[in-house]
Amino acid sequence: MLTEKEVNTTSINEALPRVSEWKRFQRVFFQRKLVLFGLIILALLVITAIFAPLLAPYDPNQISMKESLQQPSWDHLLGTDLQGRDTLSRLIYGSRTALMVGFGSVLFAGVIGITLGLVAGYFGGVTNMIIMRIMDALMGFPMILLALVISAVLGSGIHNVIIALSVATLPGYARVMHGLTLTLRENDYILAERAMGAGDIRTMLRHILPNGLPPMIVLITLQLGALILAEAGLSFLGFGIRPPDAAWGAMVADGRRYLLLYPLLSLAPGIAIMLVVFAFNLVGDGLRDALDPRLRGLL
Amino acid sequence: MTTYIIRRLFMAIIVLIIVTLIVFFVMQLLPGDPLVIFLGQQAGMGSISQEQLDQLYVRYGLDKPLMVQYWNWVSGIVRGDMGESIYYHEDVGKLLLERFPVTLDLGIKSFILYNVLGITMGMVVALRRGKWIDTFATVLSYIGVSIPVFWLGLLMIYFFGLRLDWFPIAGYTLPTEDLWKNLHQSFLPVICLSLMGWAVIARQTRSSVLEVITQDYIRTAWSKGLTERAIVIKHILKNSLIPVITLMGIGLGLMFGGQVFIEQVFAIPGVGRLLVGSVFAQDYQVVQSATLTIATIVILVNLIVDISYGWLDPRIRYG
Repeated sequence: MLTEKEVNTTSINEALPRVSEWKRFQRVFFQRKLVLFGLIILALLVITAIFAPLLAPYDPNQISMKESLQQPSWDHLLGTDLQGRDTLSRLIYGSRTALMVGFGSVLFAGVIGITLGLVAGYFGGVTNMIIMRIMDALMGFPMILLALVISAVLGSGIHNVIIALSVATLPGYARVMHGLTLTLRENDYILAERAMGAGDIRTMLRHILPNGLPPMIVLITLQLGALILAEAGLSFLGFGIRPPDAAWGAMVADGRRYLLLYPLLSLAPGIAIMLVVFAFNLVGDGLRDALDPRLRGLL
Repeated sequence: MTTYIIRRLFMAIIVLIIVTLIVFFVMQLLPGDPLVIFLGQQAGMGSISQEQLDQLYVRYGLDKPLMVQYWNWVSGIVRGDMGESIYYHEDVGKLLLERFPVTLDLGIKSFILYNVLGITMGMVVALRRGKWIDTFATVLSYIGVSIPVFWLGLLMIYFFGLRLDWFPIAGYTLPTEDLWKNLHQSFLPVICLSLMGWAVIARQTRSSVLEVITQDYIRTAWSKGLTERAIVIKHILKNSLIPVITLMGIGLGLMFGGQVFIEQVFAIPGVGRLLVGSVFAQDYQVVQSATLTIATIVILVNLIVDISYGWLDPRIRYG
């Protein structure tokens, strides 16, 4: 016969098998086919960007007037543009631009935005008022418009595009982090931490920030897609990176004039943009559902 | 409710003031002197004397300190005077006023289209969860947020304009001049502009409806023996639209962003096209006024959204 105490412990152990957070995350995240599809595309994208020189059949900037505007053939799988540059090679090198701008802006805007949101939410009062009203003002501009004006001010070049897009997306991170901080701040463990004499910086960095991180990771993943879309838009309008460098948006714009006879010049880079943004959105949504389903509709 | 509205209004005014500051000082950072750039484009600097240049500075008010220039600009806008375009030699207000109806026309059409389509689709899909239409809508909504709008425009031009020749590929006519032509020309641009909003609204409506149908009051409505029609329209739709309304404001911002591209792709003489052209010409009077106008509209619409949100859902007002 088991004693009453033993019965209780066993039943509790059976009822609540200890599942690690990581295992639960894996189960939800990798179970969905669409998420896996997104992950595969992103993996291919990263590989393409890293090994671009090995994968590209030609030098993306090699001008050859003899081969101007060729239809797809075995020599040039996706044809060539007006200057005779190989479309496939430019597409492959364009992945570098897309990824650099995406990750660069997320890093830049993420760090500043999260810090601003954290500080504003934690201290409240006048600090909160000043920071959040500036963020509201930045949010008043359509993102692409703000990026357009700033990149016009800074001039073309990949660094300037990154700065422009960072400023334009900054308020998004700040707002979400601000909201998270406001709720997290009210938790008992924060009070306990304070009672033990922890300072503001320690409380913010050791307790609020780590707890706010899961939603921020989701936001960052979704933002990567939006940033690549915005970068393509800027370079389509002619504000992105400097020409000879390959950028998908600029390729779409260049191919516009030959749409009827050489549709691939514009269509191929567009498909690349769409596929990559699509993949980031799939993975972002997958992460959200796996990390915290309550965020549905919020992010 | 009144205090809520006053508080919101006060916030909006502060935000607007910050917006004017951002716009003005960002424009001041522009490399090069706009006047010199402009003169360089016109005739070459050699033909103008320093004296004439000085006169032009005075004429455009560029000789005054920054704070004074800012004040002149802001107070001018309040009086309805946006200054003179250095590039077009025209009143900026007049330039904007000429192009605004175009942008507004496309904007209103897309706004109506994406809200009607998005809400209907979100509802249907949520009520028929797991059916083929649900999968179709999910895929469509992913495509809607992933597709570059300028590329979608080119795709439309390629298939429906160049290949099938169903729609014109460029140009714009005001509805007051020729309504049929206007509808024909704006069909493709409006479809392109609506797709993203459609996707976003449909997704939000779907998840919102799915949440509402599990509520107790819906079960009560069923058990009272109400018809499906009454439950869907009076109980489910009304309650699930509250979170959707906030997205309408955000959708507007997205749409203005999209218009910058669509007006470029379809050669439509709207504010977006004016703005891109002015950025290239470094005509900062136009850029700052156009940017400010768009930002003001977005902020005002969001203010209206906030107020209606508080009106629909009392929990927000007192939050």
